Amino acid sequence: MQPTTHADTHAHTSNHEEPGFWQKYIFSTDHKIIGIQYGVTALMFLFLGFCLMMIMRWQLAYPNHAVPVIGKLLYHVLGEDMVGKDAAGNVGVIMPDLYNSFGAMHGTIMVFLAIVPLAFGAFGNFVTPLQIGAPDMTFPRVNMVSYQFYFFGGVLMLSSFFIPGGAAKSGWTSYSPLATVSDMGQHPNGQTFWIMGMVCLISSSLLGAVNFITTIIQLRAKGLSWMRLPFFVWAQFVTAFLLLLAFPPLEAASVLQLMDNLLHTSFFLPTGLVVSGQALHISGGGSPLLWQHLFWFLGHPEVYVLILPGMGIVTEILACNTRKPIWGYRSMVYAVLVIGFLSFIVWAHHMYLTGMGTRIATFFQTTTMMISIPSVVILTALFISLWGASIRFNTPMLFALAFLPMFGIGGLTGLPLGFNASDIHLHDTYYVIAHFHYIVAPGTIFALFAGIYYWYPKATGRFMNEFWGRVHFGLSFLFMNLIFMPMFYQGMEGLSRRMYDGGATYEAAGGVVGLSKYVIGLNVPISHAVWALGLSQIPFIINFFWSVNRGKKVTSDNPWDATTLEWQTPTPPPHGNFVKQLEVFRGPYEYSVPGHSTDFTPQNEPEKPEPLTHGNPVRS
Amino acid sequence: MEIPYAVKPRPDTGLYNAKVGIWLFLASEVMLFGALFCSYILLRVNATDWPHHWLNIWLGMTNTIVLILSSVTVVLSWSELKMGRFNRYRFYQAITIICALVFLGIKSFEYHDKFIHYQVILKDGTMIDGHLQKETTMPVSWHEQPVIVDGKLPRGAKDTDMVTLDGWYPPNEGEVWNPPLNHEDKKIEIPANKIKFMENYGPWHTTYTAIYFTLTGLHALHVIAGAIVIFAIWGPLAKVWEQDPERYTNRVEVSGLFWHFVDLVWIFLFPVLYLL
Repeated sequence: MQPTTHADTHAHTSNHEEPGFWQKYIFSTDHKIIGIQYGVTALMFLFLGFCLMMIMRWQLAYPNHAVPVIGKLLYHVLGEDMVGKDAAGNVGVIMPDLYNSFGAMHGTIMVFLAIVPLAFGAFGNFVTPLQIGAPDMTFPRVNMVSYQFYFFGGVLMLSSFFIPGGAAKSGWTSYSPLATVSDMGQHPNGQTFWIMGMVCLISSSLLGAVNFITTIIQLRAKGLSWMRLPFFVWAQFVTAFLLLLAFPPLEAASVLQLMDNLLHTSFFLPTGLVVSGQALHISGGGSPLLWQHLFWFLGHPEVYVLILPGMGIVTEILACNTRKPIWGYRSMVYAVLVIGFLSFIVWAHHMYLTGMGTRIATFFQTTTMMISIPSVVILTALFISLWGASIRFNTPMLFALAFLPMFGIGGLTGLPLGFNASDIHLHDTYYVIAHFHYIVAPGTIFALFAGIYYWYPKATGRFMNEFWGRVHFGLSFLFMNLIFMPMFYQGMEGLSRRMYDGGATYEAAGGVVGLSKYVIGLNVPISHAVWALGLSQIPFIINFFWSVNRGKKVTSDNPWDATTLEWQTPTPPPHGNFVKQLEVFRGPYEYSVPGHSTDFTPQNEPEKPEPLTHGNPVRS
Repeated sequence: MEIPYAVKPRPDTGLYNAKVGIWLFLASEVMLFGALFCSYILLRVNATDWPHHWLNIWLGMTNTIVLILSSVTVVLSWSELKMGRFNRYRFYQAITIICALVFLGIKSFEYHDKFIHYQVILKDGTMIDGHLQKETTMPVSWHEQPVIVDGKLPRGAKDTDMVTLDGWYPPNEGEVWNPPLNHEDKKIEIPANKIKFMENYGPWHTTYTAIYFTLTGLHALHVIAGAIVIFAIWGPLAKVWEQDPERYTNRVEVSGLFWHFVDLVWIFLFPVLYLL
């Protein structure tokens, strides 16, 4: 750490201080740096989670064949318990335990370490205070601690790969009693690490959520009333409430499962539990369903935590690049609030097949159908916003436009899963995988890519390369669909989602039980598309780092001619953000206001008495 | 760079930042304990038998009164501070901290009492229930679960070892949980090799002890955290009072809100675990 003399002036100076490297980039309390920390870490986890899947896809397409190249490496790192030999004696076959670990960790990493930190931690941190005209978050040091909790939780999760017995292997949902009895002789085992990691991540989210809500309530600029908030801020606001109220029950569940694993209580272990032919010495009397209720009480709001920030990002980019106000802004705000509320009473639609009873299932089926209404309201409003616009097709806009049909497919294919009767057939098949991946992968992740391309100029002062951005978009769009579309078909044919051999056992069974060669055979092209998708990310990765210093420089602080407040800061924004206090005079999306000299009117532009031509052009 | 409304309230919300923050945090805490109370209900509804009045009500009652007293002193200390009387604030807040320590002391006594409380079933089916005495020669560690199962003695135990309990012979499992008021404890010497099963009333013993230790343990962690924060403001951070009395008073108020929540949780825990 280089010596600095700013210690005593720290509180008073705004953009003249020069803190050392550690303080500026590692232990920063600046919301923008923390946002970037979240972003870079989460992108690395996103890639890692994807790598796990690329390896698993080999096992699904070519069961019991050694994974080329990486197989040997895995053998040396993880040992012979995890990586075996194939019939020809080549080292590198993924063993069932490792496959289970990869599956569990793929889900955990993607949901808790990649998408949420990227959507909420990175974009929420970087953009929200700027969009409400605040100098920082209300609790900057708490913000720093949130990131550190997240980072530490991630390190714990990753380190569990290297302990005896390997990482957690009971799925990202960690259902009990499986989660308690797998690796029972080993303490602490992967599951213990998983729980400890989750407790860190939950603490991180809680602190973040408190900080976000307080910031949005307390630090809005003068004149920025609730209905003048950009939709992105609304989305983050509701997301923060979901995290605040839905995560604690999972924390409670984690504590109970930790007690089961370490202190041998029986919260989730039923009486008379027999494992490998041996009755366990436990007190019994617990309820496996209790874990599922507590888990999904978080799990379902979590789905909306994944999607709402994406919707917010898409709305901002759509408004800016259609050069039109968002159609139905108010109904979108009400819709997002209704989603937030309803998302707390739909959780048990993940549990139709648990035997919890048809009456309860009927209730949750009803609420599940209800929650699709506000989602459709938002999607419809966004589609109608396109009507009659002269659209600018830049990279962020392409990703944002692709989000709409992709999320649409994901959402609509969810309806048959929400119905009790059809869920019996589709439950636990590849159809489910295709459904939620359409929402999160080409849905949320596309929205996140859009956001990266869109706000990159504000964060760095340079654009990302447009050509390679389009290449990245085109290839990603193609391969995403090639991966997930066939899975709908596989699932409807009855292919279970948790097959270590990709369904080869089914095929071998033949007759009524068996699946056709064609259904199983689809595993091969899907896997090829997965690896192609992996290669398609190379342009993005290079573009992302190359553009920091080499990208085209922005010529103004507002390169997209946008209306919201984040574009009114210097580029990149200094510590403290705004040069002078802002005052807001209008709504967030005043594009192409008739009679105005430019086709955008920033929110902080004062009202001028204008000649009345076509009625009153000013809305708020 | 100054964060706005860190000390003074924002005019349209009427709150300073930390107060919004603590209320949101408490909302999440409500969900945390709410989930645990829901688990309690679900587990109890499914249970075949459940103890009544198994814990010592008088100890629980004392703890309840101690915490209520601390709630009162927290408010008094804050109102004294509002009136600028720093020394009186310190006096009241010292009582709060003492109450927290008394609470934790009684709680650890109760915990200890359960960890040395053993259920023993002999090979002939006789049940013995009582507290472990130091005359016991068999090596017993409190965290072992169970100490003896299927007559298999713990490591290092000899066939000639004795286990001495201060207890009684309950006729059945139901009587263990609802001991008749007139039963008398006496010293019972048991040869270790006659014991089929032996386990203390730790969290592993039954669903009830599991939820009891989890709920009260998590609550005790909150008491410790709250006491540390209150003490930190009381002692090491007291110089903030000289520099910025309003900020200092806000800190006392926010820590007080947290303390009230911790008390409130106990107000629910006491009837749920001791009385119902």
